[in-house]
Amino acid sequence: MSAIFKREFKSYFCSPLGYVFLTIFFFFEGMFFTTIFSAGSPDISYVIAAMTTVIIFVTPVLTMRLLSEDRKQKVDQALLTAPVTVTGIIMGKFFAAFSVFALAFSPTLIFQIIVASKVSVNWLVYINIVVGIMLIGAALIAMGMFISSLTESPVISCILTLVAFLVIMMISSIAEMTGIKSLTEIAGYIGFMDRFQNFYESVFPVSDVIYLLSIAGVFCFLSVRAVEKRRWS
Amino acid sequence: MIEVSSLSKKYGNHLAVDDVSFTINKGEIVGFLGPNGAGKSTIMNIMTGYLSMSAGSVSIDGFDIVEQPEFAKKRVGYLPELPPLYTDMTVREYLYFMYDLKKVKFPKKPHIEEIARLVKIENVIDRLIKNLSKGYRQRVGIAQALIGNPDLLILDEPTVGLDPKQIIEIRNLIARLGKNHTVIVSSHILSEIQEVCKRIIIVNKGKIIADDTPDNLSRRLSSDHSLNVRVAGNEEDVQKILSSVAGVKRVSSLGSKEDGTCDFSVEPKVGCDIRRGVSERLAERKKVLLNLQSNEMTLEQIFLRLTDDADNGKFLFEKETENYEDHNEEALKEKEENE
Repeated sequence: MSAIFKREFKSYFCSPLGYVFLTIFFFFEGMFFTTIFSAGSPDISYVIAAMTTVIIFVTPVLTMRLLSEDRKQKVDQALLTAPVTVTGIIMGKFFAAFSVFALAFSPTLIFQIIVASKVSVNWLVYINIVVGIMLIGAALIAMGMFISSLTESPVISCILTLVAFLVIMMISSIAEMTGIKSLTEIAGYIGFMDRFQNFYESVFPVSDVIYLLSIAGVFCFLSVRAVEKRRWS
Repeated sequence: MIEVSSLSKKYGNHLAVDDVSFTINKGEIVGFLGPNGAGKSTIMNIMTGYLSMSAGSVSIDGFDIVEQPEFAKKRVGYLPELPPLYTDMTVREYLYFMYDLKKVKFPKKPHIEEIARLVKIENVIDRLIKNLSKGYRQRVGIAQALIGNPDLLILDEPTVGLDPKQIIEIRNLIARLGKNHTVIVSSHILSEIQEVCKRIIIVNKGKIIADDTPDNLSRRLSSDHSLNVRVAGNEEDVQKILSSVAGVKRVSSLGSKEDGTCDFSVEPKVGCDIRRGVSERLAERKKVLLNLQSNEMTLEQIFLRLTDDADNGKFLFEKETENYEDHNEEALKEKEENE
């Protein structure tokens, strides 16, 4: 797993992909921080919260070629005939994408330190919100990786992932517009972006943590199954 | 080393591999021959654990590829039809990655350098793979298969798309590798297999239609040992003389290809060697023998005949694969003696 993790992580920075991804994140984080800081607010949580929309649009770029590119270039033959498990391959790729995602939020730590040098800040709130965004990221990355396991084309994978993410983001609002109660309830379960709100309201909301981890786990498992299924079909 | 039994693979309703069984012993160089789409790559992909089988089993050194994949895969180096290369990496980075992936225990740098020397890629080791020519990419593919020094090397069409010089180089490399590894090479190019392999398995439409040494295949198929002769003289006289040779079954005229000469195909009775008789009788009658050629089939002809026969439902060697055992023991003894 570690060999695949290293290779995937490095591959983001062998092409413009990783740099573009980080640049977009750093730009928006910097912009939001400047706005908040100049307005006199010491709460970095708002910066992170504002990034959720950016995540939806940019994360598909991170996951689009995770499994599709290997299939297209037939490199999966080297991976699947090596003495590693499919789970090891999938997890290596997942953690590589997740690490780049985590890296994208590193400026928020610097912002927090800057704020802390001026006023007293509650670090627990910051850590709590970072855990929240990381879990949202893990769930989205696992989902994107699963979609990339279904196609050989990174472009198709990117488009499908974007559509899936938009559905996840907007499903609750759309369901509410219909006014049907049961539909709103179901949409509440599917639209896990809304769960991020709970990380503001309570410290370490266990049910949401477990829910988001489960989403990530289920899609990682489905990715393993998708790869395995192709071998058996 | 590798035991394949009753292997079948279905893609939907299409049976790509149909009840294939064979055993390959340590130290053999085996050629997998078959027309395009015969099922060679599918069999190789199943043997290496890339694809699963619909029925049957594959065991490598006693480890089942499905039940104990990690142990089995550790013993195999595989070069698929298209070398599985990350083109955004340098050759060194890629080989280091494959080394880590295969969890090899040898010292990293010397091991990779030794392999690079063996496949002659030292001069491109720090170049990006995407900038390499096809020949070099193929070599990098072979290099990754050699990482960890696996006992069994499976090379799927290793010379496809290469120029003649590269083909010879790769062929020599395979012959060199065969000294220390068990090698399975697939190809649809016959000369390639004939040069390096001591045993040939011919596959057609997912079935094994022949399994023997190149010489035996040739001998069995051209078992009549008919001769082509060219004699100076009158066609009628020569035909009479040839027909009178003891052991001759049939003499058929092939016309005249040179002025004052005539060509015949002379078919002997079963078990008769008529070469000496033909030559002596013609000399007795003062006829000049210009050409005497045994009609042994080339591998090319064997291949075409076998695949044609198989297409027509005949499996010439279906029951004869056991005979290979005798030859195999001989080959192993020979190899041991050489070592």
